[in-house]
Amino acid sequence: MAGPRYPGFDTLALHAGQQPDPTTGARAVPIFQSTSFVFRDTDHAAALFNMERAGHVYSRISNPTVAVLEERMAALEGGVAGLATASGQAALHLGLATIAGAGCHVVASRSLYGGSHNLLHYTLRRFGIHTTFVNPRDLDAWRAAICPNTRVLYAETLGNPGLDVLDVPAVAEIAHAARLPLFLDCTFTTPWLMRPLDLGADLLMHSATKFLGGHGVAIGGVLVDGGRFDWEASGRFPELTEPYDGFHGMDFQEESTVAAFSLRARREGLRDFGACMAPATAFQILQGIETLGVRMERHVSNTRKVVEFLASNPAVASVSYPELPSHPDHALAKRLLPRGCGAVFTFEIRGGRPAGRKLIETLKVFSHLANVGDAKSLVIHPASTTHFRMDDDALRAAGIGPGTIRLSVGLEDPQDLMDDLSGALRASQKA
Amino acid sequence: MELNVNGAAVYAYSGGKTFDAALPCVVFVHGAENDHSVWVLQSRYLAHHGFGVLALDLPGHGRSGGAPLASVEAIADWIPAVLDAAGVKAAALVGHSMGSLVAIECAARHPARVAKIALLGSAFPMKVSDELLTATRDDEPRAQDMVNIWSHAAIAHYPSNPGPGFWVMGEGLRLMQRQKPGVMHVDFAACNAYANGEAAAKEVKCPALMILGRRDVMTPPRAAKAIAAALPAVRTVEIAGSGHALMAEKPDEVLDTLRAFL
Repeated sequence: MAGPRYPGFDTLALHAGQQPDPTTGARAVPIFQSTSFVFRDTDHAAALFNMERAGHVYSRISNPTVAVLEERMAALEGGVAGLATASGQAALHLGLATIAGAGCHVVASRSLYGGSHNLLHYTLRRFGIHTTFVNPRDLDAWRAAICPNTRVLYAETLGNPGLDVLDVPAVAEIAHAARLPLFLDCTFTTPWLMRPLDLGADLLMHSATKFLGGHGVAIGGVLVDGGRFDWEASGRFPELTEPYDGFHGMDFQEESTVAAFSLRARREGLRDFGACMAPATAFQILQGIETLGVRMERHVSNTRKVVEFLASNPAVASVSYPELPSHPDHALAKRLLPRGCGAVFTFEIRGGRPAGRKLIETLKVFSHLANVGDAKSLVIHPASTTHFRMDDDALRAAGIGPGTIRLSVGLEDPQDLMDDLSGALRASQKA
Repeated sequence: MELNVNGAAVYAYSGGKTFDAALPCVVFVHGAENDHSVWVLQSRYLAHHGFGVLALDLPGHGRSGGAPLASVEAIADWIPAVLDAAGVKAAALVGHSMGSLVAIECAARHPARVAKIALLGSAFPMKVSDELLTATRDDEPRAQDMVNIWSHAAIAHYPSNPGPGFWVMGEGLRLMQRQKPGVMHVDFAACNAYANGEAAAKEVKCPALMILGRRDVMTPPRAAKAIAAALPAVRTVEIAGSGHALMAEKPDEVLDTLRAFL
């Protein structure tokens, strides 16, 4: 006999975290464009400030529109709470700063978005948090890098730039054996392609700017607390398991058995670092999330067609996409990403930098810009743009070739994308 | 805080304040497969408004050691030992679901120790379907999903619990997953086997409050009528839009109703 079941992904994407507005009947999520919220009386005010009642005080800490996004993302990921931030970078910083401080250590994948690498390698080091970078495919390297002061293991579900598929269950096991949480950047996969909490991860972050928002109109980030990691049993996280002078001596783990991390991240991190999300931004990202399942399906199907087209084009030396048997993580991708490997990938054009430049300048449908995860198809040639100062050897060390082209495949008619690429590839070979 | 109850370590959340036995005491008793944190807002508020609060982790649950007690009667007889350990003569008992049965039974057995009882999500008999009871024994993950889905009347809650941004259904599931294997079946079997509810309710001398979720499908309001009829002095409040997880689904309404009663 079939038992009760949870609402499905698309239902949660449309409904989780929001009911029709009880005052106005508005069905869409209203934009509560208000910095602050009126107290019923002084006792209500004191109770809100002291976490004796739930509610909104000031939009840096929480806002009704932003809360819908936070709860919806927690629901889609299967976690216990979400925290929306000003950007994906802010989400990463909030996640790390909640559980690590001066003298702490992070073990991170070396295959990271450049901004994440900057934060870990340069900026947090200035604040006393040091990071060891490891090859994400080398499980022994993860194990060996863990030190007594390590607080977290960090990686991307699909790494930059080579789409390394993280063996989430294996790395989670390594983290948990050391009584540490696994924190993942899930921007490229979204919860539609992978729910890493189900695979053993503990904390997640997204650049909501990308596929979640999906239309290239808003910068934002989301942090999700999985609620499964036992901070008390770990013994490594006094920030969560001992009284915090900055909030009336609160012991967050006592307050919430399953959401201590989120309580501290909100009560300290959003309050003090202040990298909150604006309500209008949350509204725009929510519009994207409502159609996330539908869009991701199309992103993936378009990507598969474009990948197949490129793989057989004579101007293309190679295509790096985990669904291709030539990709080193092909078998892992089949196991962990059965719905697809996303819509961002790279290929090598024959002819190096000049060919890459010509391709970019000839494309008409693909937009040349520094973003991914838009409804519109995007392209960038790192050797002539983001990494133009590097010589070929330095590029190779960064995992980038002179002819590496990164595509983010959008939702256009796939034939138009292939026609666009076909013409530009032909032109590139005459450069 | 940690109490030594009959030689065993028992955890009680005191609402973020040092427990003061001289204040009117409120003891919160959670339901099956839960712990003290289901009461976080209500217990924290009362602790900061003139009450001495003990939100318990029952034996074998949460941070409390030992094995879970196997019957409602056994838990009811354990409560006075908790009060002794805390230096409290008499307390108001606030119980949810299985905890509500404990409150009734304890008030009947130990009238000098119980000043008031508040029963949330209560029913008698609290029969558990064969399918669920079997699942609690043989397939805990499935049983946890069943209970979690049945316990919530909505997939969106305002203002959420313990605050905005928290996904109430996710928290409910994770909290059950945190309990030790085997606890769930002991708890649900205790609810299912408890036969003394109506008789105990007739013996209760202290004031009683029932807080029921109008959309509760685990313990629907109609299933609380026998208890309400048997209690000599009871006020019943139904909360619109709430399911069984009243404290998380409607934290303000629960708190305001409790505060007026206590």
